[in-house]
Amino acid sequence: MFKKILIANRGEIALRIIRTCREMGIKTVAVYSTADKDSLHVKFADEAVCIGKPASADSYLNIPHIMAAVEITNADAIHPGYGFLAENARFAEICGEHGIKFIGPTPSMINSMGDKITAKETMIKAGVPVVPGGDGLLESVDHAKGMAKEIGYPIILKATAGGGGKGMRVVWEESEIEKAFNNAKTEAAASFKNDGIYIEKFVEEPRHIEIQIAGDQYGRVSHLSERDCSIQRRHQKLVEESPSPFMTEELRKRMGEAAIKAASAINYESVGTIEFLVDKHRNFYFMEMNTRIQVEHCVTEEVVNFDLIKEQIKIAAGEPISGINYEPQMYAIECRINAEDPYNDFRPSPGKITTLHQPGGHGIRVDSHAYAGYTIPPYYDSLIAKIIAVARTREEAINTMHRSLSEYVIEGIKTTIPFHLQLMKDERFRSGDFNTKFLEGFKMQ
Amino acid sequence: MINKSNIGEVTIEEKGFKLTIKQKEDAVQQFLSAPLQSQQYAQAPLPQQPVSSSAPAAEKPKAAEPVASNLITIKSPMIGTFYRSSSPDKPSFINIGDEIEIGKVVCIIEAMKLFNEIESEVKGRVVKVLAEDATPVEYDQPLFLVEPI
Repeated sequence: MFKKILIANRGEIALRIIRTCREMGIKTVAVYSTADKDSLHVKFADEAVCIGKPASADSYLNIPHIMAAVEITNADAIHPGYGFLAENARFAEICGEHGIKFIGPTPSMINSMGDKITAKETMIKAGVPVVPGGDGLLESVDHAKGMAKEIGYPIILKATAGGGGKGMRVVWEESEIEKAFNNAKTEAAASFKNDGIYIEKFVEEPRHIEIQIAGDQYGRVSHLSERDCSIQRRHQKLVEESPSPFMTEELRKRMGEAAIKAASAINYESVGTIEFLVDKHRNFYFMEMNTRIQVEHCVTEEVVNFDLIKEQIKIAAGEPISGINYEPQMYAIECRINAEDPYNDFRPSPGKITTLHQPGGHGIRVDSHAYAGYTIPPYYDSLIAKIIAVARTREEAINTMHRSLSEYVIEGIKTTIPFHLQLMKDERFRSGDFNTKFLEGFKMQ
Repeated sequence: MINKSNIGEVTIEEKGFKLTIKQKEDAVQQFLSAPLQSQQYAQAPLPQQPVSSSAPAAEKPKAAEPVASNLITIKSPMIGTFYRSSSPDKPSFINIGDEIEIGKVVCIIEAMKLFNEIESEVKGRVVKVLAEDATPVEYDQPLFLVEPI
């Protein structure tokens, strides 16, 4: 087992990793930028090394500085957390070259899932359902018609250089496709100076449901069931829960098997997540694989009663996984509390927390690096806390979450607590009938 | 208490008695016994001391001493092991009282087997040495105090 782990990250996830290392008797090294010198992860770790100026490129993304910190502290492993260098294959490679264990998958596993086209091809070969679509650009209306017939309506035309919904047209039947194709091309040319269009199946009312997996170096892969992350704003997850209100025994079995197939196809080692889009008919399609620990891993930890960070460290140290597929035993919901103003388009609100009272009580877990007197630096993401409510039913978990948020006091900065309070009372959210479009129609009161 | 501090030697002289306490300086001892190879350091075993400890009462990062307002602190621009001279048998690059120009090499910081000469960005007189020879230093760690002239 490792003697000393350097955590190449900050904020709540650095704390999270340090906590598990403490329980395992592993010494910890925190690294921090000058902007983070008062951060909690620096105080919690056994040792701390300042690695540069506030900008991420000068500190948390600076590979030479991090490697120098490893060298002077004699750490034998690095935990990259999430974000920053967690999915940087070159960093994983450099760690290997220096005899430092990167707690995560190998560089080639990271690369095979990092490139969307390669990932999709790998999944198709493995027999994992992917969003059907043509590879390559559509040459003509007839080409589009032919592909659409093969895929089956409804389809979506997308601009290859695209984003922000421009150059996209959903087509429900063949009679509409010529007009849609020409409009999409024109819009794409105007928005991106590139009128290249490709085609995909349009996943109706998609839910974002992901499967947590774990794989070891002995070729074993198992899953720890799903998390529903459909509550998103501009593709950023705000709330996650397990089990998914849309899940059935049968769907979980099929998705679990597909997730295991996906991870096995690349002999995946470490913990990871396979993200799927699920349509209203409960067809699911591979979207992407995250080859790291995720922000919302806590949700799974609470419903399965499992320490995913500990498992990740054990796998890296060469221990086998149990091989068991874990199913949720409880209901859990996580609300991401960000330093943002929900009444002003979620504008970021860094600054000093003058008063802080975190919630508690039965069924509440708080993962946070915030404390009264802490100044949130403006250089990094706005996540200040994760609140996870755990109960025997979904309704009770929602009520516990609402109760805890109503006692949560943070002064000095704006937070998204009011947003979550309103969401927990929202009838449609409570009914469990929502998809990734849900927040588009949500207005703060 | 002596053990936890960085003090190497303490001498207390009072009426009738003199007390000298010497702390075994592991870092320096390892430094001195490293075999020399053509004026370059062999890989000296790195000291086991943490750069800073995490007991809640301890100061983090390394304590900034109150600096007289006219003095300039030369801080470390990188992470690595700080050396006062280019090899154990050579004299220190700079000593207290020396007058230095901009560009004068003040120390070496070694990381990943690369020895980086650190140059002064100020002109002045060296007032104090703030970091210990052959110990790990972090980014922005105070190394020298210089009085501008």
